[in-house]
Amino acid sequence: MIFLNAFLLSGFICMIGQLILDNTKLTPGHVTSMFTVFGAILSFFGIYKKLIEWAGAGATVVISNFGHLLYQAGVEGFQEFGVLGFFSGLLMKSSAAIVSAVIFAFVFALIFKPKD
Amino acid sequence: MNKDEYKKLVDEYTPKENKVKNAIIAFLVGGLVGFVGQVIVTIFMTSFGMEQVEACSWLCILVILFASFLTALGFFDNWVTRAKAGLIVPTTGFAHSITSAALDYKKEGLITGLGANFFKLAGSVLLYGMIASFFLAIFGVIVYG
Repeated sequence: MIFLNAFLLSGFICMIGQLILDNTKLTPGHVTSMFTVFGAILSFFGIYKKLIEWAGAGATVVISNFGHLLYQAGVEGFQEFGVLGFFSGLLMKSSAAIVSAVIFAFVFALIFKPKD
Repeated sequence: MNKDEYKKLVDEYTPKENKVKNAIIAFLVGGLVGFVGQVIVTIFMTSFGMEQVEACSWLCILVILFASFLTALGFFDNWVTRAKAGLIVPTTGFAHSITSAALDYKKEGLITGLGANFFKLAGSVLLYGMIASFFLAIFGVIVYG
């Protein structure tokens, strides 16, 4: 049941994040950066693809997916364009996340006033 | 009062957070985000005939739009304070950090304020994600061919 798997996996990843926040002096910035790097490492070992097959959005909605997309895009870039692909391809797949975050954040920041 | 005594005193007055409760909340909220995400992905795949990759990209954009909008309205900060990692670890946290930095520094000017601080919090995710995956991709190409 993919819905239950999605719930369990993203819940589990968030819980690990919370345990790190509560038991160490690391900040949310540390945790999200670590999880992104960890996603790239899992992707390197071919585990992340299996997690997405198993839990669908449960694996793609967390920040680790960003590392996975970066790694996959880097490898696919190489397969298509050679060494140039490491540079030109790295952001290919994660572009949707970065561009949408930049556009929405900028537009909303212009429209809305900060709450004090 | 020496340093050790002072530290003891500070520890005594630092409010103790309930770690178990926090972990359960993070699990439930984070799980809910994944569950709702999967429901949306399934709807996209069955009703719009999308591939899983395409549906997940749209989900990602939707989640960022949602988190960014709620941050701009001012709700999201309270939610993050309560749900903690449950909303920080999903992509919502990425959108939240960029939008709140943009809002907070807007008053210092569009270039020196908003522009210069835009990636203040999310920058480390982008930086270390790119550094790690760049070298891992080179390594992976060498190892797997």
